[in-house]
Amino acid sequence: MQDTSGQGQNSQQHPTDTTGVGAAADHTSNRLPELSGNGSFGRPTPRHDGTLKVTGQARYAADHPIRRVVHAVAIQSTIANGRVKNIDASAAEKAPGFLAILHHGKAPKLYRPSNDFMSATKPGEIRVVFEDDRVYYAGQYIALVVAETLQQANYAASLVKIEYDFLHPVIDTDQAMNTVYDPEQFFGEKLTAQRGDPDGSYAAAAVKHEATYSTPLEHHNPMEPSASMAEWNGDELTLYETTQWVVGARNTVAETLGVPQEKVHIVSPFIGGGFGCKGFIWPHSVLSAIASRQVGRPVKLNLTRKQMFSACGHRSETRQKVRLGAAADGKLTSIFHDTLVQTSPVDEFIESCGTTTEMLYSCPNVGIAHHAVRVNIATPTPMRAPGENPGTYALESALDELAYKLKIDPVELRIRNHADTNEHTKQPWSSKYLKDCYRMAAEKFGWSKRNPEPRSMRDGKLLVGWGMATATYPGMRNPGAAKVRILQDGSATVVSATQDMGGGTYTTMVQVVSDALGIPVERIQSTLGDSMLPPAPVSGGSMTTASVLPAIRKACEQALTKLVQTAIGDENSPMHGKKEDEITAQNGRVFVKGSSPSSGNTYAEVLASKKMAAVEGEGFLQPGEERKKYAFQSFGAQFVEVKIDPEIARARVTRVVSAFDVGKVVNPTTARSQGYSGIIMGIGMALMEHTIYDDRDGSIVNSNLADYAVPVNADVPDLEVLFVDKPDPYIDDQGIGARGIGEITITGVAAAVANAVYHATGQRIRDLPITPDKLLQV
Amino acid sequence: MQPFSFTQARSEDEAMAQLRQNSRFIAGGTTLVDLMKLDVETPAHLVDINALSLNKIETLADGSLRIGAMVRNSDLAHDAAVIKNFPVLSQALLAGASAQLRNMATTGGNLLQRTRCYYFRDPAYAACNKRRPGSGCAALEGFNRIHAVLGGSEHCVATHPSDMAVAMVALDAVVHIRGPKGERQVKIEDFHKLPGTTPQIETVVEPGELITYVTLPKSAFSTRSAYVKLRDRASYEFALASAAVALDLNGKTIRSARLALGGVATKPWRSHEAEQALTGGQASDQAFRAAAEAAMKSARPLRYNGFKIELAKMALVRALNEAAQL
Repeated sequence: MQDTSGQGQNSQQHPTDTTGVGAAADHTSNRLPELSGNGSFGRPTPRHDGTLKVTGQARYAADHPIRRVVHAVAIQSTIANGRVKNIDASAAEKAPGFLAILHHGKAPKLYRPSNDFMSATKPGEIRVVFEDDRVYYAGQYIALVVAETLQQANYAASLVKIEYDFLHPVIDTDQAMNTVYDPEQFFGEKLTAQRGDPDGSYAAAAVKHEATYSTPLEHHNPMEPSASMAEWNGDELTLYETTQWVVGARNTVAETLGVPQEKVHIVSPFIGGGFGCKGFIWPHSVLSAIASRQVGRPVKLNLTRKQMFSACGHRSETRQKVRLGAAADGKLTSIFHDTLVQTSPVDEFIESCGTTTEMLYSCPNVGIAHHAVRVNIATPTPMRAPGENPGTYALESALDELAYKLKIDPVELRIRNHADTNEHTKQPWSSKYLKDCYRMAAEKFGWSKRNPEPRSMRDGKLLVGWGMATATYPGMRNPGAAKVRILQDGSATVVSATQDMGGGTYTTMVQVVSDALGIPVERIQSTLGDSMLPPAPVSGGSMTTASVLPAIRKACEQALTKLVQTAIGDENSPMHGKKEDEITAQNGRVFVKGSSPSSGNTYAEVLASKKMAAVEGEGFLQPGEERKKYAFQSFGAQFVEVKIDPEIARARVTRVVSAFDVGKVVNPTTARSQGYSGIIMGIGMALMEHTIYDDRDGSIVNSNLADYAVPVNADVPDLEVLFVDKPDPYIDDQGIGARGIGEITITGVAAAVANAVYHATGQRIRDLPITPDKLLQV
Repeated sequence: MQPFSFTQARSEDEAMAQLRQNSRFIAGGTTLVDLMKLDVETPAHLVDINALSLNKIETLADGSLRIGAMVRNSDLAHDAAVIKNFPVLSQALLAGASAQLRNMATTGGNLLQRTRCYYFRDPAYAACNKRRPGSGCAALEGFNRIHAVLGGSEHCVATHPSDMAVAMVALDAVVHIRGPKGERQVKIEDFHKLPGTTPQIETVVEPGELITYVTLPKSAFSTRSAYVKLRDRASYEFALASAAVALDLNGKTIRSARLALGGVATKPWRSHEAEQALTGGQASDQAFRAAAEAAMKSARPLRYNGFKIELAKMALVRALNEAAQL
């Protein structure tokens, strides 16, 4: 495989580069047509997999028809701290259909994986299931029962009697302060940082604001609960999974089982949402595998909704102290962001709320700190914009409070503190259109009509509040590979071991091929979610688009080159004997430059003439030197209207207008849906989501979708999602220019809602969610 | 879920004949199946009564409305006579659950709906007097944000979750019950029982008895009625506090009133105190506030649910205003 990304950049100015910050990549291939020349790239395109989904043909993890499959049911700890004293399965073993029980005293040897993100061996929790008799949190796996049917497995599991030695659990952060420590890093990013003199500058500031903001523990709650179905064929394992990372699942499961990677095959073609809880491998994927090996039959393990609250991570609660100092003109002189979060007794995952604060605004004196305590709750994991999302809630709420103290419009305050460069990394931005986002969204929203005085705007008896916040998320990219085949009938296929969580990867893959090869989208088949395909990164960190699409374009170029070479070498071809650079392609035909396309051949004709089935191209690209030169970051602006009925303590979000700068928008249709999705999830965070633990025993009180409220359609108002839609000139060298969109859309929403609630009521609520009990006195 | 047997009945007689030890009738199944999956309900036998011809809504000669126990919530909510003469009932039904659940849930089943108390619904908790009499109550000192401020005892503070039943309390509904000893009628106010020392006994329905009908008498107050439900989201969520009110007005003079509360009490809660405060007086926001105060005077908050007292007052005042249309 050839990798030229980040190496061959020259100094030609990119036509869309208006940032003027430096050299642009030369992405233009002399073979492929310009992007958006004649395909669907950048144009609204219906979901490639839409028909399969709405007709029920899309097979999710638990849907694959496997012969002779048997069912496993997990038994979880009902205590949150202590030891398993005894497991009595005697009654279960006599139950109809019973096949096996596995637990710490009766399980094959398992191994801790090497726990390295870059080699795709990071599990959700480093402690291996059934490692010993220790119990660290409620919901920890204690045993697994396998039976012929799901009902029999459930019944047998209900007969298993488990005795515990109970130790008092610690759930509340206040009770855990004896364990507090300062974690060092979050995926390589330092969690303590300082520039200038945050303390001295705060002491000297003309205007000051300091407050503590808190967000509760939250769960991802994708529509599709996790599931794992394992089938062994000799020493080869196939796992039907719902995973955001087929490569990570393969590597991590293989290491945990102690078998070679090439013996494990992960299949995950459709995912019913993930939001991070399917990013790393959790024990259920290993459990199905060892159970299957034990009983010699394929085993299906579906997690229940209740199990989704303890078996695949969550977002930690956060307590964030934010301290801002400013000059009278609003220029920030001091920022300090101090975060306290929870992690588990067995692993570390830190909700890195402060890292965004390092660079979001221009300020000479900035300090961030993170602290963590260990509580008897399972290990947290990334949940849509980990760090950025709760972090922007605190910072953007604090800025709103500062704006009131300064008597400066909150949009104006942010513009006055616009960061023209990344002051933390001291890099120029690859591209940044945040001011355009403020302007576009504010205009559409009608912000200029806002009376800043709290309680000043009414709709009849309702208090109307308008609030806004900045959105941001990094423009990440990791190595990605893909293969493209041009087939004998002139159609094409594109494959990559990437994932589509519902965001639209199937479709964007096809769009790139359609544009590059001039083949209609209907004649291109995309395949993903299979670990045997060319490797791609986790569908997390909003990196799929930026990592996979450039590789696909590269693969198209190689496939087309092979096709051209085939034509040149074919003595029956009108292109016979020409040089490669004399041949061009358009609308599915290759022909000699300058001549009529009809003088050449279709792709099908080229292949047929040589009796070939297909030509195949491969692309593998990875980020390079551009990452040293530029800071890649997406930005946006969230504008929210709330209406509050003070007589019944009811707050409703009634309107949201958002604008995002995410580089090139590959598919406006699915991008808009990603916008809706993040905004709706943000409304849930602002107004309702909250996982409750009973601090007497550490059990989860509301582990179902009735008691853990997320927005329903009736909670979702008019949403308007706008895009700047200007390509990032440096993020890849193939001219894709997209930074990904999955996570930025939720950031800032909760702050904008809380800021709107303040504007409506004059009451600042610094503790999410803003439920009716907090609105009794408005 | 525990193993169970299952038979289908075609008539009321058959239904009662098919009952065995530890049997339950199954109608819409929206509560029962849910609780069976959680191992909270563990019947040995189910008698399916979906084929019974108790699925009609009829206006009787005396002007009352007779609702078959098998009438689905969605059919009842959209019935023209209900919308016109008993609007509070239609509003309450449509405020409950989701469209899919309302298509399944039945009138009789909804009256027997069981509490959403977290600790009742999780058998991992040893202490629940409702589930295991004598075992204690985990909610009293636990996370009790959704629990009752009215009608609780030291044995149980679980709320009754129904919206429909609250509206029916405000409409003086009568529940018709058939059993081995014949038929009887119970005023809905007396149908649900306070937990007291026996929270496992939730209604007056005896083993072997079947709810056949609910009748709504014609009254001077049923038309001018309204339901207000306050909750953590806009739809598909149980009430933190709800109020069903019905008013008989002569000009602004309140001739009679019915006030019932949901989400805050251990049973659908009729407030005679609030009704008395209103009766004979003038309809006004001030009078409504005084009635709300009277309704919540005996409320006793737990650690996490004190806000419900104020929220219930808000629901009552809003419902009274909506019904009165001042």
